Amino acid sequence: MLRIERLEKQYKTGDRALRGVSFDVGPGQVVGLIGPSGAGKSTLIRCINRLVEPTAGEIYLNETSITALSRRGLGRVRRRIGMIFQEYALVERLTVMENVLSGRLGYVPFWRSFTRRFPQADIDKAFALLDRVGLADQADKRADALSGGQRQRVGIARALEQDPELLLVDEPTASLDPKTSRQIMRLIGEICAERNLPTIINIHDVVLAQQFVQRIIGLRAGEVVFDGPPAELDDQVLTRIYGEEDWAAMRHSADEDRREAAEAAALDADREERMAGMA
Amino acid sequence: MTTAVGQRRWRRPPILIHSRTWRYLIYGGAVVYLMLAVGSLEVNWQRIYEGTERGWRFIQGFLAPDFTRRWRDIALGFEESLTMTVTSTVVGVLISIPIGIGAARNMAPLPVYYVCRAIVALSRAFQEIIIAILFVAMFGFGPFAGFLTLTFATIGFLAKLLAEDIEDIDESQAESIRATGASWTQLVNYAIQPQVMPRLIGLSLYRLDINFRESAVIGIVGAGGIGATLNTSMERYAYDTAAAIMILIIVVVMAAEYSSSYIRKWVQ
Repeated sequence: MLRIERLEKQYKTGDRALRGVSFDVGPGQVVGLIGPSGAGKSTLIRCINRLVEPTAGEIYLNETSITALSRRGLGRVRRRIGMIFQEYALVERLTVMENVLSGRLGYVPFWRSFTRRFPQADIDKAFALLDRVGLADQADKRADALSGGQRQRVGIARALEQDPELLLVDEPTASLDPKTSRQIMRLIGEICAERNLPTIINIHDVVLAQQFVQRIIGLRAGEVVFDGPPAELDDQVLTRIYGEEDWAAMRHSADEDRREAAEAAALDADREERMAGMA
Repeated sequence: MTTAVGQRRWRRPPILIHSRTWRYLIYGGAVVYLMLAVGSLEVNWQRIYEGTERGWRFIQGFLAPDFTRRWRDIALGFEESLTMTVTSTVVGVLISIPIGIGAARNMAPLPVYYVCRAIVALSRAFQEIIIAILFVAMFGFGPFAGFLTLTFATIGFLAKLLAEDIEDIDESQAESIRATGASWTQLVNYAIQPQVMPRLIGLSLYRLDINFRESAVIGIVGAGGIGATLNTSMERYAYDTAAAIMILIIVVVMAAEYSSSYIRKWVQ
């Protein structure tokens, strides 16, 4: 499905973000990409749809060489790769429906997208996806009127509207609370399973990654230092990826997240009770 | 005693000039220059005394504005000015949108960027009056020269501010649209336009208001409109009519001001 060979990226500033990264992702496989910040996770994921131009190496998506494409061909291949972003990256002043339909931009001519007259099939698909992510009644709301979790659901629907052959997910839970994070990760996992969609999820929360992915790739300073099932991710491996102290700190903060989630849930329940009492 | 060891003093460090000597030299020099410069102005008190009387007559005319005697001229001038203002703003905005996009570094390739920036710089380099004099010389007296002048000035103003706004957009929104395989035009339509539209509308309304005021000024050099009427009445010492014209200009500008702030809130 996806094959990455000896991928290199050197930024103009001289930083070598990726140093000879190679791996394959098979059909329906959900891969979690973990590593400390600055390890090159974001760069790697953006090299795959060439939002970042790789310096050397090859990327193949179903035997199409992505790295060899011209500008024109690039649009053709980008539309086959769905992407879900950190901080949602919705177009804030467009409606939910327009945001979802923007997933079809690579397929429709300019005048159709300009006049918002998308083919009926695209509109049906968009409604079905909004239904799937639980936002069917929000179609004509502006994106900036939604909550964080809802926005990320729109982001998911937009990526799926592309009918992607590959899904790239960049820190989907970075700006969400622990409970919503789990819901979003579960939703992404379910949808990938339904569609047998190969997925790369870039995620800094190791505990969350272990819960929701089938395979983990650990990146450190632009190199793959671990590639295997989540079960093999023991303290020794994590130390190799994150370094000693970082990992201890992360486990600590994960515990804290859990506590916070429990607390938040309790608080919500409490608030709901009081509201109910007032009504 | 409170001045014990360990008490730490703090003063804000100097912001612009760190060396104390240079700071005193430069600030002192500036003050001395200012005093000399003011001293070099030749003030003719006799002339000011005579002028006060003329100014007083002017103010008296203002207190008794005469709308009726030359109403036909005033109405004609306003009609011309308003036509000039609206047409030049609309045409100017339409032209400045592509130039503004081209002058945004994150949207245009380098050669296009330089060409568009050059157009902006050229348009901003000359004051409206100078351009008006040129266009009056080229196309003769009347509102057509005024229309061209204001259009030209609008392009520089709006394209520059639009370009800056486009450079300031939230890149992540543009990135997400790019990732869908959108073409460049679709990117502009879906990621840029929603982000800059409120400001573009606000700036266009602001420019409409500026163009109206400028239309009064460029009329003085022969580019038609209410400025020409105002100039004529001033030359004829018809201060009452001039006052009526100025009051009407103030009314129009204020109306534009209030409606534009309302519209800006509405398009957010």
